[in-house]
Amino acid sequence: MYLEARRDGERLLLEFTGAWRAADLPAIGAALEGLDFAGARQAMLSTTRLEALDLTGAWRMRELVGHLRSLGCEVAFDGAEPDQLRLVNETLGGVQHAPQPSEPRPDTWAELAPLAMIGRRVLRGWEGMLDGSDFVGRVSVALGAALTSARRLRPTSIVRHVFDTGLMAIPIVALIAFLISVIVAYISAQQLQKFGAEIFVVDLITISVLREMGVLLTAIIVAGRSGSAFAAEIGAMKLNEEVDALRATGVEPIEVLVLPRVLGLVIALPLLTMIADAVGLTGGAILCKLLLDMPIVQYLQRANDAIGTTTFWVGIIKAPVFALLISLAGTFRGLQVRGSSRELGRLTTVAVVQSIFLVILADALFAVVFMELDI
Amino acid sequence: MDDAATAPVIEVRGLVNRFGTQVVHDGLEMEVRAGEVFGIVGGSGSGKSVLLRTILGLHRPQAGEVRLQGRALGQMSPAELRTFKASYGVTFQQGALFSSLDVLQNVQLPMIEHLPLDARTLDTLGMLKIRLVGLPGEAARKFPAQLSGGMVKRAALARAIALDPALLFLDEPTSGLDPISAAAFDELLIFLQRELALTVVMITHDLDTIFRTCNRVGVIVDRHMVSDTLEGIMGQPHPWIREYFHGERARRRYGGRDGA
Repeated sequence: MYLEARRDGERLLLEFTGAWRAADLPAIGAALEGLDFAGARQAMLSTTRLEALDLTGAWRMRELVGHLRSLGCEVAFDGAEPDQLRLVNETLGGVQHAPQPSEPRPDTWAELAPLAMIGRRVLRGWEGMLDGSDFVGRVSVALGAALTSARRLRPTSIVRHVFDTGLMAIPIVALIAFLISVIVAYISAQQLQKFGAEIFVVDLITISVLREMGVLLTAIIVAGRSGSAFAAEIGAMKLNEEVDALRATGVEPIEVLVLPRVLGLVIALPLLTMIADAVGLTGGAILCKLLLDMPIVQYLQRANDAIGTTTFWVGIIKAPVFALLISLAGTFRGLQVRGSSRELGRLTTVAVVQSIFLVILADALFAVVFMELDI
Repeated sequence: MDDAATAPVIEVRGLVNRFGTQVVHDGLEMEVRAGEVFGIVGGSGSGKSVLLRTILGLHRPQAGEVRLQGRALGQMSPAELRTFKASYGVTFQQGALFSSLDVLQNVQLPMIEHLPLDARTLDTLGMLKIRLVGLPGEAARKFPAQLSGGMVKRAALARAIALDPALLFLDEPTSGLDPISAAAFDELLIFLQRELALTVVMITHDLDTIFRTCNRVGVIVDRHMVSDTLEGIMGQPHPWIREYFHGERARRRYGGRDGA
């Protein structure tokens, strides 16, 4: 099948049969495997019995001819050379090597040296910081300009983002807040029961939920949900030249794409945090009832005593700051997308990782500041 | 060309496509025979792309049948459909090159998916197709974002012929190209069609392309298709078809061919 070879001393008669097409390539390869042309001086190739030939098949034929010639064999066709083979020969000409991938790769050892790598990382990090602060600056300027008129503030757009990032996130935020209260209740009940201090379970739940857990976990969920959405939406618009279209229309992308998202999230995140706080406290009440047999009334009284005037505000004050960090990281990375869909994926990932990192970093700073202020 | 003995490569019978209350195709009939270059023409929103997507098996019609080489598309098993999809090439309006792969990798993707080939073979075969569509060798390692409009169209064509299909679908192959590049693309298409014995189905608005490349034309009007040879279509009395082929724009350029 595919090739029938007959040997007559130094003369070789090769008859192509069957179909030589792209799909037949593996079978052709297998059929040619066992053939030995060593010692042949002249080869006569015949294609009269060939049923079908496409360019891939013709390329395989060209390889075979090249192989025969490399063995010092004269190759001639019985009749005309097939058109497809002629076309392949003309197209490939002498060269047939694919150029090397254009991706930059470090070619010297010096570039790979640890010190150089650290240096490059630092420089890149520094440039990233500069770009980031440049972006924050431009957003601030745009905000200043937008505050001058209600139309440029784009309230409709802001409401849409409050809906998308806030309202739509309520179920998942509430569920997580409830689960957090379960975790805190279980751990603290287990520990405090040893000392007969079950009543302090209430303190632990209310204070940890209001001060830290409520706002922090809400921010992390929102970073995953909305930070990624911001980066992906704007990044896709960037790839589709929609951002350029805006700019060409004389509309500042930061004003229409970034500001509504930032302001929307700054409104939505505190509201979401309040819901998380409420659900967390309710979950605490249910858990105290179930775990410790504590009446709801007692839970409420104890909670009222435990929560100082500032506890709630200390938590909620962080929400707009976290919202700012998440929305800026998301929109900034989205606007950096260029070229390919892989960039879009990479920068979306970067947006989420960075916004979560920034949120936790800011939370740590808040903790230090509040400690110093003795709140 | 009107040889009744040649079995149709594509046969569309009684096709109905509806989106909500909007009827796009209502009993559309179409036939393409081997070796033809068949142009699909129609106004914006007349359902040219939907028709193409239906033939490609990317869209399931409400009613009607699509037969390819005599086999009904709706009755193919997933495995058969996969084999069938390897047997045709498509280019999309915007090129639809994979943006994270360079041109060579784009061309190699169908080969990698459908054939067990080693890296060297893939490189050579990929370069063969890239040079065949007239792209310079350096273009092989460029990414789609770095290509000009004409190069994107050519790269898309190179990917479409990666598996040496007998059937080629082109969606507006010359749209967005300057007249010189468009004419060059037409010549490339004629060259490939002749050398590779392709059957070509293309959607186009470009009168130059239609006159230069198409053997037969199918015009979608009033949710049906009127198809004939170019001369036959130009003699059609339907007002839209008359306007299209004999309108101000057409007359200015093809005044000489008007009497055909």
